[in-house]
Amino acid sequence: MKMTARFLARLSCPKKDGRMHWWVWALLGILLAVMPWIVAAGFGNTWLRILNFALLYVMLALGLNIVVGFAGLLDMGYIAFYAVGAYLWALLASPQFGLHWPMWAILPLGAGVAGLFGLLLGAPTLKLRGDYLAIVTLGFGEIIRIFLNNLNAPVNITNGPQGISAIDALHFGSVSLARPMDLGIVTIPSLVAFYYVFLMAATAIIGIALRLERSRVGRAWAAIREDEIAAKACGINTRNVKLLAFAMGATFGGVAGGLFAGFQQFVSPESFGLLESVMVLCMVVLGGMGHIPGVIFGALLLTLLPEFFRQVAGPVQQALFGKIYIDPESLRMLLFGLSLVLVMRYRPSGLWPSPQRQREIDDTQRVDAPAAMPVRHQ
Amino acid sequence: MTAHTLLRVSQVGKAFGGVQALKDVSMTLNRGEIYGLIGPNGAGKTTLFNCLTGLYVPDSGEFVFDDQPLISSAPDKTVRQGVARTFQNIRLFANMTALENVMVGRHARLRSNIISDILRTPFNRREEQTTEDQALQLMRYVGIAHRAHDLAKHLSYGDQRRLEIARALATQPKLLCLDEPAAGMNANETDGLRQLIEMIRLDGISVLLIEHDVQLVMGLCDRIAVLDYGELICEDIPSVVQKHPRVIEAYLGSGAHA
Repeated sequence: MKMTARFLARLSCPKKDGRMHWWVWALLGILLAVMPWIVAAGFGNTWLRILNFALLYVMLALGLNIVVGFAGLLDMGYIAFYAVGAYLWALLASPQFGLHWPMWAILPLGAGVAGLFGLLLGAPTLKLRGDYLAIVTLGFGEIIRIFLNNLNAPVNITNGPQGISAIDALHFGSVSLARPMDLGIVTIPSLVAFYYVFLMAATAIIGIALRLERSRVGRAWAAIREDEIAAKACGINTRNVKLLAFAMGATFGGVAGGLFAGFQQFVSPESFGLLESVMVLCMVVLGGMGHIPGVIFGALLLTLLPEFFRQVAGPVQQALFGKIYIDPESLRMLLFGLSLVLVMRYRPSGLWPSPQRQREIDDTQRVDAPAAMPVRHQ
Repeated sequence: MTAHTLLRVSQVGKAFGGVQALKDVSMTLNRGEIYGLIGPNGAGKTTLFNCLTGLYVPDSGEFVFDDQPLISSAPDKTVRQGVARTFQNIRLFANMTALENVMVGRHARLRSNIISDILRTPFNRREEQTTEDQALQLMRYVGIAHRAHDLAKHLSYGDQRRLEIARALATQPKLLCLDEPAAGMNANETDGLRQLIEMIRLDGISVLLIEHDVQLVMGLCDRIAVLDYGELICEDIPSVVQKHPRVIEAYLGSGAHA
């Protein structure tokens, strides 16, 4: 496990100047481009759907990573922004109100509105940290979900627990992604088309996150995470910079939410429960808080792993014992929980932490390592 | 307020519950001065620092800096106005590199915002490059450039003190406030620190220094203020302060003078 991590760390910055070789990028691009075809042919559409969801979770995890990983603010209600984006799409592009806005209008609007909700959450929690912040954000997430659940009376807006159905699929002009696209030589199945759109959105979000990490505001976030008082003494307006983290993280969630609604064509409050927030948080922590490649890895792994367990739990039992003892559905959560415990026990800073954090862990394992912050001698 | 006054503290008071940490403290600090602030433990030195740099809101009184009143409770604005500080118990960004620490110090002087950060405009690229160059230059100035890419927490104690000073200097201050910079240092390191502070003054930055090392304070400061139980008991040149009866009393007790 350690060797794998070392290999991944080396792959993430193999050259001296920290840049990847061009052929690594080219290979990755080709791999990602042919991926949906291979998956569809080899594993079927179920797995292609799962892959699409994995991409949505990559976007969510990267958004939450800005708040939790960069700025160090523990947010347990992140899924609320996903809900805001999804419901905005659902309300503006469905028979619910008879509106059918175009995608290029709703997605940016969804990002903006989610950003506003981010400010709404950030403003009252500015003075809170750690567990207190976690409790308030958890409450915020639940409030949003309960609102969506109950906004069907006196005026019906969200359709309540039934959710909104018959939502417009993602579409470019009159070309809907819900139908196979005939390009003459080749017909692109709907799921593959969604994959490409999601891949583009995820790539854009990865690019934004990478740039933010190494920028004035990214440094300010890290400074607040490390020591808020020292950050103030460095001239950082901690209030604004924290609000910016909440808003920025929320916009990623808003975009992912819009794409989700346009993919599922159905939204209901139960998709946005506390467990979802916890799941996204797990992706960030398990992958490697604050380290973008790690977070992406965490998101992919935590989406694919439970599905993998679900697929194999039944057949394996059948083969071993001749009958199914434990329901695959519960067994998958059992195995999933166990793997979380193991990872946190043996790799506390995540599966793929930043090389810097990796160095720290190596250092603390060496006896002659310099001490952490020294205690002042009076 | 005369032209050569940089900071005027007028009748600043601050209480924590029933404890009066500062009582009507007034003093003036001139441009280009190294000004010492001494007093027994708990005399209110750090409280005065915190009020000055906006971390605490004083109950009464005001600070006039460079002919402008300092806005209390807004540390970031105070930094913009030209007051920088270090902390008694070093507060670095432990898990960032030394260089990044100093780059954070440039924050208030940079103009790029989140939009230009995302778009990576040419302006943004240039600014990032100059920021890095300036930060490196400052690290060379305080003598720790060779540790630029190490995590702050892996630096030696003396280097951490220097890094904190470099980070404070990165904010382009007119006044640098050092809270016990020599605490925990050996004689060698203290001597290096003395040279650094003198160099900073020569570069036109005034220094306000809280320090327990009497030798360092007496040798380095142009003037010294003495606090005891939150009250200013004396403000003068070192040779006078040393002989002041109330100072001796504060440090050694009332019987000592006789």
